[in-house]
Amino acid sequence: MTGLTWNLADDIRQVLSFHFMVNALRAGTIVAIVAGAIGYFMVLRRQSFAGHTLAVIGFPGAAGATWLGINAGFGYFGFCIAGALIIGALPGSARPDAGLGGYGEESAVIGTVQAFALACGFLFVSLYKGFLSGINSLLFGTITGVTDDQVIVLLVAGACCLVALAALGRPLLFASVDPGVARARGVPVRLVNAAFLVLLGVAAAGTSQVTGSLLVFALLVAPAATASRLTARPALGLTLSIAVALLVTWAGETIAFFSPYPIGFWVTTLAFGCYLAATAYRLTADRLGRSAFRLVRSPA
Amino acid sequence: MPAPRTVPAVESAGVVGEAALDRTVVSLHRAAVKVGGRTIWSEVTLAVGTGEFVAVLGPNGVGKSTLLKAILGLLPLSAGELRVLGAAPGRHNSRVGYLPQRRAFDPSTRIRGVDVVRLGFDGDRWGVPLPTRRARRAADRVREVISLVGAQSYAHRPIGQCSGGEQQRLLIAQALVRRPELLVLDEPLDSLDVTNQASVSALIQSVCRSQNVAVLLVAHDVNPILQSLDQVVYLAHGGAVMGPPEEVITADTLTMLYGTPIDVLRDRAGRLVVVGQPDAPPEHRHR
Repeated sequence: MTGLTWNLADDIRQVLSFHFMVNALRAGTIVAIVAGAIGYFMVLRRQSFAGHTLAVIGFPGAAGATWLGINAGFGYFGFCIAGALIIGALPGSARPDAGLGGYGEESAVIGTVQAFALACGFLFVSLYKGFLSGINSLLFGTITGVTDDQVIVLLVAGACCLVALAALGRPLLFASVDPGVARARGVPVRLVNAAFLVLLGVAAAGTSQVTGSLLVFALLVAPAATASRLTARPALGLTLSIAVALLVTWAGETIAFFSPYPIGFWVTTLAFGCYLAATAYRLTADRLGRSAFRLVRSPA
Repeated sequence: MPAPRTVPAVESAGVVGEAALDRTVVSLHRAAVKVGGRTIWSEVTLAVGTGEFVAVLGPNGVGKSTLLKAILGLLPLSAGELRVLGAAPGRHNSRVGYLPQRRAFDPSTRIRGVDVVRLGFDGDRWGVPLPTRRARRAADRVREVISLVGAQSYAHRPIGQCSGGEQQRLLIAQALVRRPELLVLDEPLDSLDVTNQASVSALIQSVCRSQNVAVLLVAHDVNPILQSLDQVVYLAHGGAVMGPPEEVITADTLTMLYGTPIDVLRDRAGRLVVVGQPDAPPEHRHR
């Protein structure tokens, strides 16, 4: 690998001259768009823990697929979607009467499933001897691992996911923010909730293949959390979330190419930086807003 | 103080039969509801007319919210008949505005009040709103209803940061945004301080009169709305009595309804206090 020239055009040409980097950028782009969009709703619904669990469930799926000699991508998607259906069907995980502004965390049930999934993944890894270096890339991501087939699988899954999200759009927002009224208005709240969990599973499975199972939140939570600090408008929030996810993915992959450190670290660090900056912005904006409010109020 | 009421009684005097029936927004006839195999109430007969302001009163756990859910078609009747806007309950829910009993939005909810109101307009439609003429009309209607409830100054703030009274106004706007003929409100004054109780109940009264919407409102305390009520439904002991407040909230009627001696006291400001009403048995609680 050659070094950084600090000439933007040269550097980009250098990155794109490697097929694995082209694939990494393709996969990263697909995954960032899907994770940014689905993540926005996940953060709004406070289902981050469910999202994390689905990602972790992907790990035994991928490990098992590798052990059996199947494309790891199918393992991720198969397990994550099955996990989403199971979590959706468990009692206490989908409560149509839950309070306003989102759902409570279904923590106990999901935590139990998560621990079991990690244990199974570790078992499959030990069954597949000589796989020990692979466990790192399954858990923390790798820049060299994305094959052409995987890109196609990601593209198809991502497209289906976005089409479904667009169709669910408003009823999903309604059921997330105000389930009681949504139900009275004829929105099939339970069905919408279950459908969203499946979409979340697809997003988590896709993201795992770039960032690894344990670092999915870099793309699934951090961009959405950043966006929601910056704006309370749903459409703008969704757009910002996707934009931040794309930015940290492209930048993280490029930096990882020129540096000896892994991609998961860079993407996560950049996402964390964005989140910190947005939080700082929100705190100052609120403080300024409050003092402006006082100024307006005080003469009255 | 109480404005003289002219609406249904006088107008309906000249009209008979069909037309008079058409003016009924909600009617129950000998209706009963069972939840988990246990009868919550039965033999309930009542009628709410166009533009009428009706309060549903009664002790905790007697099935007030259950009555509203039955009217919305979310719970089936176990006996009797229920018609809402001339059809089976749930058929015309797009013409019914609903405000469920609730806690406040979480302070961290990052979505604006105007978005919550907009969801009431077309949140049940599949797909993503595109910037068409229909979307512009929706935005106009949302703006109009927000100024109707007087929420312009905070409708663009995240709703989690609005006060309880402000949130309640925005949610009333959400319930009103599709110009409903019936507004079903479950304890809208609960969890508000006294000042906000007065202003929100004044808002509901003015909406009821100016928009000619029938209002069916579950209340814990009748006093903030007593002056403007047309009718009261008093639920207790598995049954109900309906009539004008001065006839229903009396020692005699309530004693008959409960089957134990009840007193109704009136203070100098005209507020009513019901004394001696037994709470429903503990397993009777809400939900």
